[in-house]
Amino acid sequence: MATQTSSTEQSVSPATQRVALRCEGLVKRFADVTAVNGLDLEVFAGECFGLLGPNGAGKTTTVEILEGLTPADEGKVELLGQQWNSNDERALRERIGVQLQETQLAEKVTVIETLRLFRSFYKRGHSIDEVIQTVALEEKRDARVGKLSGGQKQRLAVACALVGDPELLFLDEPTTGLDPQARLSLWDVVDKFRKGGGTILLTTHYMEEATRLCDRVAIMDHGKIIALGTPLELIESLGADQIIEFRVTSPIPEGALTGLPAVTHLHRRGEDYSLTVREMGVALPALLAEIKRRQSELVSLTTHEATLEDVFVSLTGRMLRET
Amino acid sequence: MNPLIELTLTRVREFLREREAVFWVFIFPVLMTFALGIAFRNTAPDKTFVAIEGDASNPRVSELANFLAHSPEISSSVVTPDEAARSLRSGKIAIVIQPNGDSYSLRFDPTRPESRTARLIVDDVLQRARGRNDVVQIGEQRITETGARYVDFLVPGLIGMNLMGSGLWGLGFTIVIARSRKILKRFAATPMRRSHYLLSFMLSRLVFLFLEVAAVVLFAWLAFGFTVRGSWLTVFLITLLGGFTFSGIGLLVAARPTTIEGVSGLMNFIMLPMWLLSGTFFSSERFPSVLQPFIKALPLTALNTLLRAVMNEGAPLWTNWMHVAILLGWLLVSFVVALKIFKWQ
Ligand SMILES: Nc1ncnc2c1ncn2[C@@H]1O[C@H](COP(=O)(O)OP(=O)(O)O)[C@@H](O)[C@H]1O
Ligand SMILES: [Mg+2]
Repeated sequence: MATQTSSTEQSVSPATQRVALRCEGLVKRFADVTAVNGLDLEVFAGECFGLLGPNGAGKTTTVEILEGLTPADEGKVELLGQQWNSNDERALRERIGVQLQETQLAEKVTVIETLRLFRSFYKRGHSIDEVIQTVALEEKRDARVGKLSGGQKQRLAVACALVGDPELLFLDEPTTGLDPQARLSLWDVVDKFRKGGGTILLTTHYMEEATRLCDRVAIMDHGKIIALGTPLELIESLGADQIIEFRVTSPIPEGALTGLPAVTHLHRRGEDYSLTVREMGVALPALLAEIKRRQSELVSLTTHEATLEDVFVSLTGRMLRET
Repeated sequence: MNPLIELTLTRVREFLREREAVFWVFIFPVLMTFALGIAFRNTAPDKTFVAIEGDASNPRVSELANFLAHSPEISSSVVTPDEAARSLRSGKIAIVIQPNGDSYSLRFDPTRPESRTARLIVDDVLQRARGRNDVVQIGEQRITETGARYVDFLVPGLIGMNLMGSGLWGLGFTIVIARSRKILKRFAATPMRRSHYLLSFMLSRLVFLFLEVAAVVLFAWLAFGFTVRGSWLTVFLITLLGGFTFSGIGLLVAARPTTIEGVSGLMNFIMLPMWLLSGTFFSSERFPSVLQPFIKALPLTALNTLLRAVMNEGAPLWTNWMHVAILLGWLLVSFVVALKIFKWQ
């Protein structure tokens, strides 16, 4: 049920774009799960590509295969025109930057010492001062890593990924667990890198992050891509752009709700109903009338524009952060 | 910026900023040397404590006390039978003497070396006092040498033990922590040469190895007049060999575990037998001979033997080539196997 990319103005046209990263038929099995289950991807040079999905979808496993850290059981990976099994692995590593989801950098060394260490691994790259400035850690340059806040640590992790001046940057859930302020300041770093012409593959389970940062998004679930396109295309693919969420005193049969005019989709979770609708002006009065007819009463009702979250719900029947 | 230098600097910084590590590597061995050196110091030979059982008003008792007082090696006191039994049991005195008509009877525990000595001394003193003449003159030359005291035996052992501990903990812990925090994986994602990472441990050990040895030797020299009899070059070579051997074993121990608990268990399993058997605090030759081949094959036994040979006896390196070969063997095997099975994530 993958949603095909339609050629609108927003999408990057494959014909005119250089491919920075391509993989085909990736499969990775662990003892009891198939973490990646036949995955194809193409990321174009200069774009920010988002891999969006709930915890356990297989995002990290996918990214680590692409980074050449985990061997795939099946499939092909090509990045920047090279493959991981070549003899030139180190040359390829010179050209990519990596931030891993779980790395905790050594706590007893300072910011500047950490960056100097990572810088020493690369033949060419940015100066330490440039990178510190990019991630706005000037005031913390001599602070020990252990003394940094979560957001500062994460910016340092990204700085370590940037210090070799990569063409392709991998960010695995760079803002998970950060407060909104820290998230904004990390988004700035991503923006700066993009302005410099870099390519990004990032994973996230935050919709608003994907919408804000990514040119194109692949929605991933159970090791597969279930939708692909620009955020706008994906939202439009719902065939609707409004969502009504409500709660009532006594349950209403699902058939009665999906039969209402302008309603395209229903998602119910316990007491909470969520209707995807084409025209709010038509659907809302009809819904209220139906509730009344069933002699139920509204407890609460909100409406909002459709988001990527709603796309995920309509594709899987689950909320993104439920799992 | 050279990656090998930066990696080594990081090692050094991390170590120096870890207060506990500095304590265990530098302060603890010095404290240990001090405590054991004091506890087992050799003083002028102690007097032999002797109890005379009987009543002080008895002329035979006072005559006996008078005889014993002539010997500078004996300190005697007149006590009741009860007290004599108690003092003998608790080890306060070495032997009990009882005048028995014209003769004497001695009571002592023959399994206690000082009691056996006391018997000889008392016998000698009493026989002379009662008129025995020596049949032959025996000259004496008394020497108390540094190099033969307990502290001289102890210092090389402590150095060996310390080299083992810092090599194993230093590499084992640091690497496993880096693995569990995914730092190893992060490094593997850079163009860093993996050999540089492992080499940086060797280089940083090189920095601390000699400081570790110097701290103990210097302290033992200041506090106990400890001296190294052999050449410093030999000491240097043995330290290097021993330090690198235990670094190799540390690398091997750290090659796979992903948790601190895992690596701690493994390290204790490896170090415990050597702490017990390799002759740090007393000579390992005291263990039964069936165990000897096994004990001799342990790297710490080889290192301790080599250190004692050069420090206490001034022996040159080649006289103990067997032990050198044992260490080299461990070094080679542990490195090769560690590099083969090392896990970066
Ligand atoms: N090393 C591993 N061993 C066993 N199972 C794993 C391993 N790594 C990941 N998994 C499993 O693979 C699935 C996908 O995990 P992951 O790629 O981390 O997902 P995500 O990053 O999207 O949260 C999960 O079910 C996870 O438990
Ligand atoms: Mg993940």
